[in-house]
Amino acid sequence: MNKTRTLQLLAVAAAALLAGCAHKPAPYDYAAFRQANPHTLLVMPPVNESPDIKASSSIWAQSTLPLSEAGYYVLPVTLVDETLRQNGIQTANDAQDIPREKLRDVFGADAAVYIKVTRYGTAYHVISSDTEVAAEARIVDLRSGALLWQGRAVASSAEQGNGGGGGLAAVLVAAVVKQIINTTTDAAYGYAGIADARLLSAPHYNGVLPGPRSPVYGKNVGAQ
Amino acid sequence: MRAVNVARRACAVALVGTLFGCAHKPTQLYMWESFPRQQYDVLLHEGASPDEQMHAMELHATKARAANAALPPGFRAHLGMLELNAGRADRAKELFEQEKAAFPESAPYMDRLLAKLNPTAQAKKTDSPA
Repeated sequence: MNKTRTLQLLAVAAAALLAGCAHKPAPYDYAAFRQANPHTLLVMPPVNESPDIKASSSIWAQSTLPLSEAGYYVLPVTLVDETLRQNGIQTANDAQDIPREKLRDVFGADAAVYIKVTRYGTAYHVISSDTEVAAEARIVDLRSGALLWQGRAVASSAEQGNGGGGGLAAVLVAAVVKQIINTTTDAAYGYAGIADARLLSAPHYNGVLPGPRSPVYGKNVGAQ
Repeated sequence: MRAVNVARRACAVALVGTLFGCAHKPTQLYMWESFPRQQYDVLLHEGASPDEQMHAMELHATKARAANAALPPGFRAHLGMLELNAGRADRAKELFEQEKAAFPESAPYMDRLLAKLNPTAQAKKTDSPA
């Protein structure tokens, strides 16, 4: 009798924990991602749809951290920027239109990351002013042209607390939050770091799969 | 009786597994310091001067060595680009080679950059039949 009761309590506790982990949308189909198995990523200059001209640089500069920590080799964005300029590419839109064969040839990357910044900056309202950054990303195989993954993320000063998802994303987000407190002059930059971490870190439910340099590479963590 | 024990053990294992899944705190692969910010400053051509940034990055590299921590992908290449822009091509070459050694995945791009710094070697390469 006593044993059964203990068992029931344990089952309830386990269920509660699982539920705590688990309010989730349908799992992402990683078949193409797994098959392509990219090792090196080329993050293209992000297209900016916000009014802030710093948005693209901010999201771009901070995209390499979560992707590198996810286990990929990420090509150095400042050198990629210079190479593109030397080849007459002036805008992110032009850069994102470059044929994949050409990108593969010049940079030797397995896949390209195409980012679009949809919101960036502070909106001033009567009651409160919120800083918000939103971005979308697609990862495309440069050898086959196949879409390997896509996702989107938002980070906003209006959020209560910081539920950045589990795992590394949460750790990175906590680190960036600490940074924002220290540098209030450029708040959007800090929220861009959070948005990048939420968008591109791994392992993360329905997020980018861990790459070859990750300790959890090849484990079934993406769709957990 | 036995079945209850087995079930209980399975339940405990599941519980521990769930806790681990939720609470596991991974450590970072690389020591980042201000590197994302430095990339941002260079992309925007603002912030610290290239000289100040190179100095900060050398300190970062020393700190990483002392802590036996890895420098992030692109760190050496970025520093190499700053050195190159400051007119120190030999130091830039060294750093591009270091990027390649630390991350062999960077070889195709680093080789392209190195070839541009070494026009004679590149000419020799294209001359030779191999």
